[in-house]
Amino acid sequence: MPKDHGIGAAQTRREDVRFLTGAGRYTDDINVAGQLYVHFLRSDVAHGRINRIDTSEAASMPGVVRIFTGTDFEGVGGLPCGWQVTDRFGQPMQEPAHPVLAQGKVRHVGDPIAAVVAETYAQARDAAEAIVLDIDELPAVIDMKAALSEGAPKVHDDLSSNLCYDWGFVEDNRDAVDEAIRNAAHVTTLELVNNRLVANPMEPRVAVGDYNAATDESTLYTTSQNPHVIRLLMGAFVLGIPEHKLRVVAPDVGGGFGTKIFHYAEEAFCTFAARQLKRPVKWTASRSEAFMSDAHGRDHVTKIELALDADNNFTAIRTETYANMGAYLSTFAPSVPTWLHGTLMAGNYRTPLIYVNVKAVFTNTVPVDAYRGAGRPEATFQLERVIDKAARELGVDPIALRRQNFITEFPYATPVAVEYDTGDYVATMDKLEEIADIKGFPARRAESEARGKLRGLGVNCYIEACGIAPSALVGQLGARAGLYDAATVRVNATGSISVMVGAHSHGQGHETTFPQVIAEMIGIDENQVEIVHGDSSKIPFGMGTYGSRSIAVCGSAMVRAAEKVIAKAKKIAAHLLEASDADIELKDGQFTVAGTDKSVAWGDVTLAAYVPHNYPLDEIEPGLEETAFYDPANFTYPAGAYACEVEVDPETGKVTVERFAAADDFGNVINPMIVDGQVHGGLAQGIGQALLENCAYDENGQLISASYMDYAMPRADDVPFYAVDHSCQTPCTHNPLGVKGCGEAGAIGSPPAVVNAVVDALNSGGFPVMHIDMPLTPARVWAAMNAAR
Amino acid sequence: MYAFDIARPNTLAEAKAALAAEEAQALGGGQTLIPALKQRLAAPSVLVSLTAIPEMVGVCLSDAGEVCIGAATTHAQVARDAAAHYPALADLAAHIGDPAVRNRGTIGGSLANNDPSACYPAAALGSGATIKTDAREISADDYFRGMFETALNEGEIITEVRFPVPERANYQKFEQPASRFALVGVFVAKYADGVRVAVTGASESGVFRWSEAEAALASDFSVGALEGLSMPADGMIGDLHGTPDYRAHLVGVLTKRAVAAAGS
Repeated sequence: MPKDHGIGAAQTRREDVRFLTGAGRYTDDINVAGQLYVHFLRSDVAHGRINRIDTSEAASMPGVVRIFTGTDFEGVGGLPCGWQVTDRFGQPMQEPAHPVLAQGKVRHVGDPIAAVVAETYAQARDAAEAIVLDIDELPAVIDMKAALSEGAPKVHDDLSSNLCYDWGFVEDNRDAVDEAIRNAAHVTTLELVNNRLVANPMEPRVAVGDYNAATDESTLYTTSQNPHVIRLLMGAFVLGIPEHKLRVVAPDVGGGFGTKIFHYAEEAFCTFAARQLKRPVKWTASRSEAFMSDAHGRDHVTKIELALDADNNFTAIRTETYANMGAYLSTFAPSVPTWLHGTLMAGNYRTPLIYVNVKAVFTNTVPVDAYRGAGRPEATFQLERVIDKAARELGVDPIALRRQNFITEFPYATPVAVEYDTGDYVATMDKLEEIADIKGFPARRAESEARGKLRGLGVNCYIEACGIAPSALVGQLGARAGLYDAATVRVNATGSISVMVGAHSHGQGHETTFPQVIAEMIGIDENQVEIVHGDSSKIPFGMGTYGSRSIAVCGSAMVRAAEKVIAKAKKIAAHLLEASDADIELKDGQFTVAGTDKSVAWGDVTLAAYVPHNYPLDEIEPGLEETAFYDPANFTYPAGAYACEVEVDPETGKVTVERFAAADDFGNVINPMIVDGQVHGGLAQGIGQALLENCAYDENGQLISASYMDYAMPRADDVPFYAVDHSCQTPCTHNPLGVKGCGEAGAIGSPPAVVNAVVDALNSGGFPVMHIDMPLTPARVWAAMNAAR
Repeated sequence: MYAFDIARPNTLAEAKAALAAEEAQALGGGQTLIPALKQRLAAPSVLVSLTAIPEMVGVCLSDAGEVCIGAATTHAQVARDAAAHYPALADLAAHIGDPAVRNRGTIGGSLANNDPSACYPAAALGSGATIKTDAREISADDYFRGMFETALNEGEIITEVRFPVPERANYQKFEQPASRFALVGVFVAKYADGVRVAVTGASESGVFRWSEAEAALASDFSVGALEGLSMPADGMIGDLHGTPDYRAHLVGVLTKRAVAAAGS
């Protein structure tokens, strides 16, 4: 029988009551008395030299308090990059300055040039129009390969070229991989594009900077996935404000998908300007600004080669990827195409030799950084597409080819530096074949064909690395931060519990799932437990929520803190029961002396901790509150198998997703309903990438998909009802809950399934198409069919 | 947006007077104009709303058997009230935008704006409709003058649109994936004296009639009559969502589908 309580219960999300009734409190709901508004004047050219910014007329317009330009930030730090990648020759990456407001040059459409602070938003915007710009437009570099060509215009004049780094992994395998490919019985080669995306969280970014001159304290309210990291980066590297004088609050946040991880110029500006002007300063992005200032995602151009022996065993993989960094290095940008991508290139398969080469390139486009999946979707897409192509070339069943090459023994050390602790890829594929009704596909295809439609089936696997990350390891890999997390379990006198967590919930349902864990451990009702998150003044520390890390890392910290609480509570109970604490058992909220009927309730013990009249004060302190920091021993490795069925209209090229099945192994699951929802959302984003979403620039660097008129987000009728299963559970071996993480899987595993299905459909209709680049719009599918005729 | 005044007249005469002001701008449902104002792409001194004029709202059948639609009638009302008289027109209205758009946007606003990807221009041209203004009556064949261009004079107000009711008709829209405007839309209507085929979304010159298809269908209103006909790609729109070749191809596909759906 399904549980209705504790770990494993499909409890409805308590936070939804406020979200669905409009009672959430988002950053834009925060207004501080006396606040000013800032409007950023942004570049409308992709690349240009700033000769002069004349603000004289604008400065005298009604309501204008002050206009800031790049020169106001010359004594201030630039936006820091949080990860340094070392190239394959042992040299550090090229790392350009990233000023808060443009200095000397503008480098992408949307680059902020001036910030107008005024009494109202409209006044700020009016004044921005009166600023006279003298900018010499320069030739822009948009295409990555062109950006690396001899004589290409340089995005950053002080760098030697537009190459950020040329990374090889594992560099020592390079020659062996080349040789294995030369000697292979069969080599399948595929060139592909992983399309650039705009995350488009429902809530655009907002920042409110406040400053108390009396106490010299700054507060920033911001739409962030990790307020502590913003405090650290902005305080230490940009503005020089010590942490004890800087509070960062991220209240309810309406979706992040990665793009709210990073430290942005606008939030640094609002904090800075509030200190300068001694008044609060607020900025709310328009959707148009979001398109040209939120970090974008993906944008890889890749060539992958898969070598097989005569028995179709994988023998080697070689990849060459161009990864777009955009005009500046966003906070974690360098890590995405390298350590979050190259390390996943083994996928679910035994491939003894792998070499990954990545060239990261500066272009005159919006910076690119982590977006739901971050590197892992790019790895999965190319690997699962090339396997599908190999199966088609070799005339073998694509599921059988995958099964033949599955890793089956764990732990498994891949040739790309990571060790999978646990998994069962055969079980997830078995489960997928069942829930997707693979056996029934031929009948469904026949039915589609009778209606004049081509039907295709695409299947693939994925592996991802979540629970980022062991700090010592990522430090060796170039991370400039630790990636542990922290939690404080504060038991109140009457037994209710506040848990201060470093993770930040912006759609993940932490306020529901985290209390389920505490309720399970102590045996009290979930409603006795409340999660506090998103405020650096209330929480010990935290590295935030991204990389499907919350329950695996912060949840583990919470368990460790709760274990300390329980250990202390047992001592108090032992005193009250006049027994040894080794004999005390905690079950269903009651402390019992083992083997007796002597017991004391949780609430009586907690009250004793705060009203210590009968209390062993000579042995333990009063109170009941514990903090734990948890640094994971390894990544976690969720994995699964996905199946997509599409229909293609051969007359128009239009693709419809008819069925989608996902069999995931997330290890232990705290709340299966929330996990279903996370998978559903991820699948919608993956299907969106595969069929609809395309962030496109023209050759001059103008963003031509700069609104919803041209950037296609998936809508409800673009996706089918999903068959989702996570009953295959191989618990993580190294964290206390045995959990792996589920937030990104859907977005990682689904794009190749969609493309595999469309290619299958076209081949079934006599169109020998081997690949179409995403998004598979009707026009692109029709063009591919025409080319194959 | 920039500051502006707003007038909400209750009679056509008041509306005309209000529109005589310098930089005055007529406002229908605002589904195009309001976003343009938000982007600061227009700076009218006064917006003259035309949706509170009772004589400009409603659907009726004239003595001549035409469906007469007040220019300030919303798409949602057309979808509902024209269904019995002109099902293909009502169906077109029912698939414009989303419910919010359909409950604000008006037929007069759409025709005055003449977006090259809008649906109503195809219905008006495909039906040989009459565009009635405060000054005159304009046949659809004379009204559409290219992308966002019409025969309307400065300050001229569309008051009503009259649609002759065909024997059979159908509109096929192939949606642009992002905006869900027509990437290509084809309206086919068969009248006793001929067939009209109007195409929206495809051409650099805005909505147009496909005369070759009309001629072929006039003698034989069937899908088969269209075999061998193809639309040249010259002058078709090419953008992120489709090349000129693709749009030309869709014109052929959708025309056949419209004929098939209209019933031969």
